[in-house]
Amino acid sequence: MMRKRAVILMRISTFFYTIGQGFRNIVRNKWFSLASIATIGACLFLFGIFYAILSNFQHIVKTAEEGISVTVFFKEGVSDTRIAEIGDLISRRVEVSNVNFVSAEEAWESFKDDYLGEYVDGFTENPLSESAHYEIYLSDVSLQPALVTYLESIEDIRRINKSEVTATTLSGVNALIAYVSLGIIAILFAVSIFLISNTVTIGISVRKEEINIMKYIGATDFFVRSPFVIEGMLIGLIGSLVPLGIIYVIYNQMILYVTERFEMLTQLLHFLPVETIFHILFPVSVAMGVGIGFIGSIVTVRKHLRV
Amino acid sequence: MAEKEKKRKRGKKHTVLENEIITLENVSKAYATGAPALNGVSLHINRGEFVFIVGDSGSGKSTMIKLLLRELTPTSGNINVMGYDLVKIKHRKIPKFRRNLGIVFQDFRLLKDRNVYENVAFAQRIIQVSNKEIKRNVPSILATVGLAGKYKAKPKQLSGGEQQRVALARALVNRPTILLADEPTGNLDPKNSWEIMKLLEQINENGTTVLVVTHNREIVNSMQKRVITMKKGIIVSDEEKGGYIDED
Repeated sequence: MMRKRAVILMRISTFFYTIGQGFRNIVRNKWFSLASIATIGACLFLFGIFYAILSNFQHIVKTAEEGISVTVFFKEGVSDTRIAEIGDLISRRVEVSNVNFVSAEEAWESFKDDYLGEYVDGFTENPLSESAHYEIYLSDVSLQPALVTYLESIEDIRRINKSEVTATTLSGVNALIAYVSLGIIAILFAVSIFLISNTVTIGISVRKEEINIMKYIGATDFFVRSPFVIEGMLIGLIGSLVPLGIIYVIYNQMILYVTERFEMLTQLLHFLPVETIFHILFPVSVAMGVGIGFIGSIVTVRKHLRV
Repeated sequence: MAEKEKKRKRGKKHTVLENEIITLENVSKAYATGAPALNGVSLHINRGEFVFIVGDSGSGKSTMIKLLLRELTPTSGNINVMGYDLVKIKHRKIPKFRRNLGIVFQDFRLLKDRNVYENVAFAQRIIQVSNKEIKRNVPSILATVGLAGKYKAKPKQLSGGEQQRVALARALVNRPTILLADEPTGNLDPKNSWEIMKLLEQINENGTTVLVVTHNREIVNSMQKRVITMKKGIIVSDEEKGGYIDED
């Protein structure tokens, strides 16, 4: 029991000593550490910005998609039962998320409210008597052509209104942004790993004598190596927290600015709250920063620290 | 602890006498270029001995120290230190082996950015001693080497003699079985040299086996200890209560 406690106490002091040494390395080696932190920071900053833009874009696209509908009108004299039957057929399609029936009366009411206002009194009967239709909302914009082809095969459908341009453009831009950002991020990651490796190499050469003494005294490989790995991970951690802080501030300022300056746009664009963005961005950035630091330092330590 | 060591010894191919702590059997070491640094050296040192190793540069003393530290492996022959077969020892067992050795160098090799206390505590941290024990052990060993009042000083604020005492304290704090001193007085004036030697003698009297590589004729001659003289990679003389043999 006593022995066990002694072992645990020992481990705890070693643990704190190792972390302390990791910090010491960073301070002793401050310019290279700063350069590494800056690169990782830049890398994760860009990642964060891209992620924020992409998530918002996806959110906007999704909202837009939800708004995009295909409208079908019926041939003259089609019975109500047939209309109900067509509605049933459509709602069973996988491309469809929601089907909404708008009767001729409802169409007229909506038209009146939107466009005529007080001039409505001139109309004695519904001029849109043939305008009963289904509004079909899609589960995914890219499935629109398939649905249209199907709808065209149904008899009794007079006309199909669709919004082809919006649908394809939206999904195209989405993919482009994703690929470009992935490319840039991959290059920056490679640069960060290289810089961390450089920093750790310099740290090792600066402390060559100390490492030598440690070996003579009987330090294990693990004990000699771990401060350098901790150093790399700390650089990664700091390199991820700094850009996260900056993004947090910038993001909120940006939303505020856009909402104030372009009030019209806010009707169209719904921005995600910063908390939603950080819900994923924070853990992913920290994991990537620490991960880069770990990989960069462990590879270097294994290469340069044959103890 | 003693049980364990006995077990380890029994398991070895080469039987080592219970009292024997360092054994070299026909050890040779050749480097890639030039003549062999050691040429068929055999040597036996017993527990608790005080031994001087003397010889001019190129005699093979440094190679011998490196072999004893398992920094090098011999080209041929066997080395056994405290029951560890240094030819066959596994890489991961080396740290554990070295924890039984204390080492002092001519150039002290202290960490310049840390004070006296931290330099000594460093040795304890490496073998993962708890802070509580470090706080107990370090002041006591600093008192032994006569530096109790200077624990806060940085190495460059100390004289050569004091720096070597710190190095000695660092070597001793982990209670080694063997103390290896490689030219410990090489950078010191006669007065400080004598003080360091007195400390080494005192350490030896407390049971630690002490090996001192040195050039200091006066000290060797007056201390009357076992002296092993090396020349061109071989042992030319090994005398109890010996003296410094002049070259040529």
